[in-house]
Amino acid sequence: MATDIASPSASAAAKRPGSYDLPGALKESAITAGVAAVLAFPFLGLQANNDGPELVLLTRWELFFWAVAVVFVGRMLLTVFRWRSDARAKSAEGLKAFGAKFQRYNVWIGLAGAIFAFTLPMWPFADRYVVDIATTFLIYVMLGWGLNIVVGLAGLLDLGYVAFYAVGAYSYALLATMFDWSFWICLPLAGLFAATFGVILGFPVLRLRGDYLAIVTLGFGEIIRVVLINWYDVTNGPDGIGSIPRPTFFGYAFDRSPEEGTMAFHQLLGIDFDSMHRIIFLYFLILILALITNAFTLRVRKLPIGRGWEALREDEIACRSLGMNPTNTKLSAFAIGAMFGGFAGSFFATRQGFISPESFTFIESAIILAIVVLGGMGSQLGVVIAAFVLVIVPEWLREFAEYRMLLFGLAMVLIMVWRPRGLLSHRDPTVRLHPPGYVPRHGVEAQKVQAQEAELAAKAK
Amino acid sequence: MLRVSGVHTYYGQIHALKGVDVEVNEGEIVTLIGSNGAGKTTLLMTVCGSPQAARGEIVFQGQDITRIPTHKLVELGIAQSPEGRRIFPRMTVYENLQMGALRADPGHFEKDLRRVYDLFPRLEERKSQRGGTLSGGEQQMLAIGRALMSRPKLLLLDEPSLGIAPLVVRQIFEAIKEINRTQGMTVFLVEQNAFHALKLAHRAYVMVNGNITMSGSGRELLDNPEIRAAYLEGGH
Amino acid sequence: MTTGNVLLDVEHLTMRFGGLVAIDDLSFEARRNEITALIGPNGAGKTTVFNCLTGFYKPTVGRLKLNHPAKGDYLLERMDGFRITQKADVARTFQNIRLFPQMSVLENLMVAQHNRLMKASMWTVGGLLNLPSFRQAEKEAIELAKYWLNKVSLYERADWEAGNLPYGDQRRLEICRAMCTRPVLLCLDEPAAGLNPKESLELNELLLGIRDEEKIGILLIEHDMSVVMQISDHVVVLDHGRKISDGTPTEVKNDPAVIRAYLGEDEDEDLPKEVANDLHMPSHAHGTGHDHGGGQG
Repeated sequence: MATDIASPSASAAAKRPGSYDLPGALKESAITAGVAAVLAFPFLGLQANNDGPELVLLTRWELFFWAVAVVFVGRMLLTVFRWRSDARAKSAEGLKAFGAKFQRYNVWIGLAGAIFAFTLPMWPFADRYVVDIATTFLIYVMLGWGLNIVVGLAGLLDLGYVAFYAVGAYSYALLATMFDWSFWICLPLAGLFAATFGVILGFPVLRLRGDYLAIVTLGFGEIIRVVLINWYDVTNGPDGIGSIPRPTFFGYAFDRSPEEGTMAFHQLLGIDFDSMHRIIFLYFLILILALITNAFTLRVRKLPIGRGWEALREDEIACRSLGMNPTNTKLSAFAIGAMFGGFAGSFFATRQGFISPESFTFIESAIILAIVVLGGMGSQLGVVIAAFVLVIVPEWLREFAEYRMLLFGLAMVLIMVWRPRGLLSHRDPTVRLHPPGYVPRHGVEAQKVQAQEAELAAKAK
Repeated sequence: MLRVSGVHTYYGQIHALKGVDVEVNEGEIVTLIGSNGAGKTTLLMTVCGSPQAARGEIVFQGQDITRIPTHKLVELGIAQSPEGRRIFPRMTVYENLQMGALRADPGHFEKDLRRVYDLFPRLEERKSQRGGTLSGGEQQMLAIGRALMSRPKLLLLDEPSLGIAPLVVRQIFEAIKEINRTQGMTVFLVEQNAFHALKLAHRAYVMVNGNITMSGSGRELLDNPEIRAAYLEGGH
Repeated sequence: MTTGNVLLDVEHLTMRFGGLVAIDDLSFEARRNEITALIGPNGAGKTTVFNCLTGFYKPTVGRLKLNHPAKGDYLLERMDGFRITQKADVARTFQNIRLFPQMSVLENLMVAQHNRLMKASMWTVGGLLNLPSFRQAEKEAIELAKYWLNKVSLYERADWEAGNLPYGDQRRLEICRAMCTRPVLLCLDEPAAGLNPKESLELNELLLGIRDEEKIGILLIEHDMSVVMQISDHVVVLDHGRKISDGTPTEVKNDPAVIRAYLGEDEDEDLPKEVANDLHMPSHAHGTGHDHGGGQG
């Protein structure tokens, strides 16, 4: 291989099949290095330093040249690698096979994950910080699972999912502060409110498709936020709603000194008060809410409505020709997705104790959507992995604050290059006639299988 | 002119082409017949570079085109009329035909346009209608017409007779023959309509399960009892 | 023919798109237990007729009456698209195959039974609780799907992604899917397109089987004359949106107007050179065919 690259005839080799195209590779690498130079000059080549009261601009030529050189060599290596396209095809196949294998153990991985999640607070490393992060992570997982119904299953691109999250949070906050109802009454009501909003929004806009729907939902998300800011009488505007009641363990509060005549959680169990109790309780609460969302989705996929959603994603016209009412089917997906968003919103409100419109900006919608798309549309496990990548990993990288977004972007690009349909894009049928890996015994398929077997036998000789 | 040797192509896990060798000489009409799912369309698509061949090579006029991106093939003189009528639905018929001539010598435009309109008078009737509003068969005519407008050296046709009225099918095959004779355009044709295709072709290949199982002149295959039993009986 | 057998009665159907007249005052009938073929040159308006029948277009003028053998009369022109399948039991397939490509073959057939299963699952509530009545309904739906899969030899590949099936199998699956809605009228848009002669022959058997065993009416758009002439009981020929001929296959095949506008001279044994000779004929015959059609339609 190496001699081939160095051979003087390489320049003429462009048209010779199967050989390495050196000038082409040089040109490609030079262009890439050029782009890198343009980008690296302001980012790496210049540095602004505080020299006492003054700001001094320093140049770092050495670093700059190294960066450009690394890009040039890297690109060269890439062309060599690509030239050996057999290897590339093999690695792509390998990655695919890995994905398929991974998904075969879906159930086991899910189970192991659930067991880990349930025992998390007992692990030695699980301090307050870890449980808190895990709770945030689970909120995103739940939102991802909720949105997965709308985007992944029904194929409705919703860029304003955070609106339902906000409706849920505010409904919970208002009901709990105004009527003093308990968490367990407010939670379903908040979900119901969010679902109603889903239907109200959905009815006029679900006739739209693809990008148009995305823009309208984007607008809806912003409208909700603007209303929350400006409807001061009800929502308290940008000041937000504070002192939202904390959830109780079926009436037993997580307070050091409970109100007269009530008992606190630690008194109930006869243990010492620990502020971790509430944190852990919240963690289990969101874990259970999220798992309910998951169980619902897994079950509903096998029901006619779930299949209807998926069919709608594949081909709406065909659905109509089969007598399915497309509007109702879409609305149900929208409403149910919104409901789970509302549940998550309620949880968010009770956890924070304070909510304001600032928590419900477009970037939240974008992150939730990225979780669904990155995970592989419709894949439940994919959502968890993507939420991990998008929520936990940036948290770890907080120490490298400077490069955090850079690495985040790089990860996104790499995933989209390697697995353009999302991390886990394989879809298992919801109903089967034959066991997985079934080999047909008769008919056309059997003939094909036999032919392949004969081919293999011939090779073995 | 076009030499496909030892080409393997995969669709995901499916091994669609299993080492296919096909040769098309300059000025020939070569057809590829076979039942549905045999891999005929896959072979055409592999020549066009999507999907790319996993193994083997494809050489066009001495140049390796195995990994050349599809859009560059037009510059080399290869045009295709893809399966599924990929026309531009929001452009008019005339604009669609103009798009076909994008890479061709503008001097020929009027003449080529005339030829397409003569071949498909329907397209002239509907020249200012949007492509998407045409009927299925008319869209198929437009796809073929657009491919012709680029004056290719090699024309790849995927089931030109699909969804076309019997009378027009014969006009299309006659036109292919005519263009081949007068301009020396080389044609590689995939067809279900084996009877017409074999009558037209100089040479033909038969594909079964991703392998070429037989080849010969169109006449030979037409008279071959095996071929008759497998692909021609029950038909015209 | 007895009028009692009329399944679909199309009267004075006209469809205009802006200035373009796609269908011009078309009337015809389709009967139960019969295969009615709709043929004609490309762009004659055949698919537009289907789109009017199945509610994708609202006709400009005209009445489309379906005499449902069990449920009474329906005026299809007044119904929403999906209700025509839901209530009046009219099913269709598409010229360029519209399966759910990423769903399995079996799932495609389950979606076709959506309405019945939704009811059985009590709009999902019963399904979530997995009530016995829902399980029973689902079992029946799978049985019906199996029945059709066996008919077209797709049983072995029931768990494949539909989009991975070869073209011909996708066509057959689409017909099965339409049959799983339990229609009284089945509208097939070019079911033989892309099939080789052998596969066309199998299609003929399938369609004759559907006609004779299911006792339903079939309306068929097709260019493959080996299909049309061998299985239709009744052929309607359109050109430029008008009816130019209507009758049995033999009558239509010998109708000079049809030959001029559509079929061309007898095709079987002529060599390409001879084809060239009659090539010029249709271009000036075109106008006459049209006029002729005006007289009859």
